This record gives sequence, structure tokens and C-alpha cells, in this order.
Amino acid sequence: MRSRVARNALAVGSAGLIVFGVAGCSQSDPKQSGAAGSNLKIVEQVQIDENGAEIKAAGGATPADPAGDGKATCPPVSIAMAGALNGPDAALGINIKNGVQLAIDKHNAANPGCQVTLKTFDTEGDPQKATGIAPQIVDDKFTIGLVGPAFSGETKATGTVFDQAGLVAATASATNVTLSENGWKTFFRGLANDGVQGPSVANYLKNTLKYKKVCVVDDSTDYGLGLATAVRTTLGPVADSACNISVKKGDKDFSAAVTQIKGAAPDAIFYSGYYAEAATFAQQLKDGGVTATFASADGTKDPEFVKQGGEATKGAILSCPCGPASKQFAEEYTKKFGQEPGTYSTEGYDLGTILVKGIDSGAVTRPALLDFVTKYEGQGVARKYQWNNKGELTTNLIWIYKVQ
Amino acid sequence: MTSDCVGHYVCTAANINFNVDNLVNGFWQLTIDGLSWGAIYALVAVGYTLVFGVLRLINFAHSEIFMLGMFGAYFALEIILGFKPSGNAYNLGIGLTVVYLGVAALVAMLVSGAAAVGLEVVAYRPLRRRNARGLTFLITAIGMSFVLQEFVHFVLPKILKGFGGSNAQQPIILVQPKTQFTLFSANISNVTIVIVVAAIVLALLTDIALGRTKFGRGIRAVAQDPTTATLMGVSRERIIMTTFLIGGLLAGAAALLYTLKVPQGIIYSGGFLLGIKAFSAAVLGGIGNLRGALLGGLILGIMENYGQAFFGTQWRDVVAFVLLVLVLLIRPTGILGESLGKARA
Repeated sequence: MRSRVARNALAVGSAGLIVFGVAGCSQSDPKQSGAAGSNLKIVEQVQIDENGAEIKAAGGATPADPAGDGKATCPPVSIAMAGALNGPDAALGINIKNGVQLAIDKHNAANPGCQVTLKTFDTEGDPQKATGIAPQIVDDKFTIGLVGPAFSGETKATGTVFDQAGLVAATASATNVTLSENGWKTFFRGLANDGVQGPSVANYLKNTLKYKKVCVVDDSTDYGLGLATAVRTTLGPVADSACNISVKKGDKDFSAAVTQIKGAAPDAIFYSGYYAEAATFAQQLKDGGVTATFASADGTKDPEFVKQGGEATKGAILSCPCGPASKQFAEEYTKKFGQEPGTYSTEGYDLGTILVKGIDSGAVTRPALLDFVTKYEGQGVARKYQWNNKGELTTNLIWIYKVQ
Repeated sequence: MTSDCVGHYVCTAANINFNVDNLVNGFWQLTIDGLSWGAIYALVAVGYTLVFGVLRLINFAHSEIFMLGMFGAYFALEIILGFKPSGNAYNLGIGLTVVYLGVAALVAMLVSGAAAVGLEVVAYRPLRRRNARGLTFLITAIGMSFVLQEFVHFVLPKILKGFGGSNAQQPIILVQPKTQFTLFSANISNVTIVIVVAAIVLALLTDIALGRTKFGRGIRAVAQDPTTATLMGVSRERIIMTTFLIGGLLAGAAALLYTLKVPQGIIYSGGFLLGIKAFSAAVLGGIGNLRGALLGGLILGIMENYGQAFFGTQWRDVVAFVLLVLVLLIRPTGILGESLGKARA
């Protein structure tokens, strides 16, 4: 009796194969017709301040070069990098790690008398894992500086450990506002925080692009809700309360939200959340006939957004505290790692550069390097770096990107 | 909820609202959208309900059978038919599109069907041979669900380049959803038509198969009384395999329909929540009962769409599960009752 099942299965299977065959023959090469792969990309537009006004980049300033003068000498020291290097959030951690790696490699190649080692620590972005890893970093006597931790949660969980050890912990991506309010002397943030991004992008939509009605949609996460709240508050009456929508991270169906937004007929939709939902949402908005501008923030500024959303993402406006790569940096990075620099790669590179410059200047102990970074002032690839006593940058600008 | 939380940031968001206008204005649109979701739930729910009817087993890995079906459909479109993923629609005209969709559906159904039968042979049959207890089956089902997910997450990318992994597959969109006609102020898109029609056809076929064919009689007999059925010459093992096969085939078809609706949904974790919803639909309609599963799916899809319009989008899942609890409070065996064997077919 088993054979009969097998025979049935065989029959179904071969019927299937025949259909393939027929379809395969009749197929008139669908690749040519219709949707040829579009070349949409996320391209930087302008840098804006908290009022949404455009700030021209200070021309002429050359970014700091990690190579230095090539004459530096130093004892064997190392710089640590901590962040998610495996797991679903690894892309960002790897972007940062590669940035730091590039800075250190350039430095080491130019300075035979001063070889700095990069030690990487995989936290998987998990505060609990990071708590276990922080003592390892601190206990290594050769490590005098840290780029990381990458995410806000893990930074919050480990900041005290680094502060007590007097180890510079410069984060390239943790943007939670409260991190700088813990009194940590060793905390430095290499980019603007979430408290800056919300008002900046909201003012940009309101004042610069002159949108009269914006639907703000959040994804109910800590990040999404926090940012959306800042945007709603800044937009004021421009944020239409008739389409104040909360969705959920992981949602795949936004039809109710689309119907609601269509009814409100806004000039723009601001989605406060991550790229996976943003791509689906943008697609369903387009399918639903909504033509308003799609705007979002750093959670969406990922190549996957464009990849998943296709034409529906065209013209989308994305804000990000992260700076774009310069042409030279992009070339060096692509040559070394076989992929283009991603979000936070420039920050990783700049912070790595600042640390090796400190080492070159003779700051080869933790207190000396901390002192160097505290007083540092200089141009990087992404922006100018100078910190206040809380570890926040003295000028906090946001970049606006556009899918085109 | 508004008075005591002014100024606190959580409260400025649209937390919970009772938006009657939204529900009334969008009523027909919500019904139609809900119906197409319900159709997908219903097809997946059949897999839960049939297996439960025959084995008294809640096959939690069924959601992963569905997920594999999505990958099967994607495989068919990309590798077999040579479409290039781009996130943009192809729009090839009705005739060709239907052919391609048919091929994709077939592959998806084969993949899901084979996976379901494979799951039965690898995971459940050995347990049955050893007379394992019900709880063991349940844990095995949950375990297999993780195994299949992590397989697609970590192993599949190493076997088939560009498949699986942490991110969703770059979508291949055959048809741009377009409004075909308007019914009671609801826009009915081509995708909705395909989903609802395909689901109705498949549901009818399954219903007929279960009610009229020898296999169907066998399934009902085993569900009703395995021992007597065996004495009457029905092979229990073969019936079980057929049951898994039918469930898998329908899950595969549902997977293709789902990817039409959500082209970005092809990801290792993509079946999980949908599977739970479909399971709820099966329980809602009366688990073990084919028509119950179909009805439960439709009701769940429509009600949660009303719910999200009324309470706010983020409450959709809550609405679905609260509805389930309420129905079970009043009718513990679900809307149509529990038995596959006794259900009129």
C-alpha cells in the first residue's frame, strides 16, 4: 500500500514537471519586458540643523588622516571594537568594524614603528551579552580605547564599567538621548542623538519642504515611538491627528493604515521605524494610490529598504545622523572590503582615526588617551568632531538622504 | 485614557482609539481586505484542523510548512522561470501571468506538500511507533518549527545562494495590484480577486475530496474512530500521510497567495504569526472540522480588519485573540463544533 502512495506522488510530481516543461518552452523571456532592475540608491542631499535649515558643509577642511606623518612610535597597544557582528543586526556592527579596521590598517601601513591592534568583541547587540564582554575589554591591559558599543541598549548597560576603568568608549551609532546623562567621563558620541534627529527632520518637512499636512506613523518600538513623538511635537498642527497611526514592528499588512491615510490626503507620510516594515508600507501605500512623499529616518536608511520596496521607494526622504562617505573613503573602503561603506562606516572610521591619532601623539595610556579625546577638535570624513563635557558633539547636524 | 497622561511621550502617540468613523467609512474596503486575508488564513487553517482531527496533534510546525511554500514559490519564479527580483512589477498581461502564477503555485504546493509529508515521516511517525505521549508530539512540533526556521535562516543561504538568511527575499512582483472594479465603494484589486477565487476553488475541492472520495472517507473514518477504521481495512498510516499532504498542499497555495499580497514577506520568520493566526482560526471554527477552519479563517480575517480600523492598527493581533477567547467562552468547541468525523460533508 505504500507503493501506491509512492506511485501517486510520482504521478503528481511528473505532472508538475511536464507543466514546468511546457511553461519553460512557452516562456518568452520575461526578464526583458516590464520591470528591468532599477538603479535606485539612497543618495545624500543636504545637511540640516535643528531648525531644518540647510547647513553648507565647511569647505576646504581636510578630514584627519589616520596615517599621520609616518614617524610615530608606540609600545604595542590595541583598540577594541564592540558591537553586533553576528545575528540579525550584524550589518551595522560590521559597517562600524570595517570603518575602524580601515583607519587602523592605514595607520599601521604608514607607521612601521607603531603597530596598533584591533580587537573585536561580538555583543550580538544584546545588552546582556555586552555586560559579560565589557570586563574582558577592560581587563586587557593593552587595550586603551574602545569604539562602541554599537547600540543604545548595550551602551547603557556597560557605560559604568568603562567609566570606572577610565577607558575611552566612543560610540559610532548609539543615539539614545539619555546615554550622555549618566555622568560617564569616558562616553563620547560620534554623531547627533535621537533628540536632535526628530526636531530636525520635522522642521525640514515643515519649513524647508513646506508640507502642510503630514501623517506620522510609528512602529510602537522604543525607537519608533520616541522619534515619532519628537516629530509629532515639532510638527505641531502639521501632523494631522486624523492619521496619527501606530503600527507594529513585524506587521506585513498596512491596508487599514493605507485606507486611513488615503482619506486624510496628506502631503507626506513620516514613518518612524525600521526598513523591513518601511519597504512593505511604502509598497502598499503606492499600491493603494497614495502619492504623498514617503519620509523616514535612520532606521530605514538601509539598502534593503530600496531593495525590498523597489519603485515604491523612489523619492523617499530619509534622515540620518550618520554622515555619507566621501568619494575617496568610499573607494578605499570598497577596495578593501568588497562592498560599499554602509551606515555608520564613516563614523567608525573617524573615531578609529581619532584614537590612533591620539596614540601617535604619545597618548599610549588610558588616562592620556581619554585626555586627548576630551580635548580633540578636528575634521573627520563625516563631520567635525569636538565634544562637550557630556560626550555630545558640539555641533549636531542631521543628514537628509533621498532615494533616487 | 487621555486625561491622566498628558505630556508623557507614550501618550501622545495614537494609543487606543474608538474610531467609529474610520470603521463606518472604510467598512466595505475593510471587509474586502479582510476577506482576502481570511482566505489565506482559511487555507492554512485546514492544515491544522485536518491533522488535529486525525491525530489529535497540534502541528505547530505547520507555519513553517507555509514559510517553505513561500520560498518554493520564490524559487519557481527566480530559478525556474528566470524572473529577476527588483521590487518592481512585471505586468505581463493576464494570460502569461496566470501561467506563471500557476507554475509558482504548483512548485510552492509541491515544496510544502513534500515538507509536510517529510515532517510526518521524520518527526512524528517515529514517535507514534514508540507510542509517545501527546505532550511529546507537541514539543516535537514546536522543536521542528524552530529547526525549519533556523534551517532557512542559517543553512539555506549556504546551499542556495541568495536564499534565506536574515533579510527577506528581494521581492519578485508579477502583478501590480490595480483596482479592477468598485463594489459598494470598495476598490477590488486584481490581487484580491485572485486570492479569493483561488481560495474558494481550493476550499471547494478540499471539501469535495473529504466528503466524496475514498481518501476523504478514510480520513473521516480515522478521525472518528481509528481502531474501528483500521478494522474496516483503512490504513491509518496512509491516511495520516495523505492528511499531511493535503494540509501541506493548501499551505503551499496559501503561501503563493500571501506573497502576491505581501511580496516582501518571504523571510524565515514569515510564517510564525500567520501560523498562529491560522491555528486560532481553526480553533475558532472548531478544530478538527474542515468547514469550521474555513469559516473561522474568514471570520478572523474580517474581524481583525474591522478591529484594527476601530481600535488602531497596532491592536489587530489583540483583536484577533480576544475574539478567539470570547467565542471559546461561549462555545468551547468553536463555532461549528469539533469533530471532523461527525462533520457533515
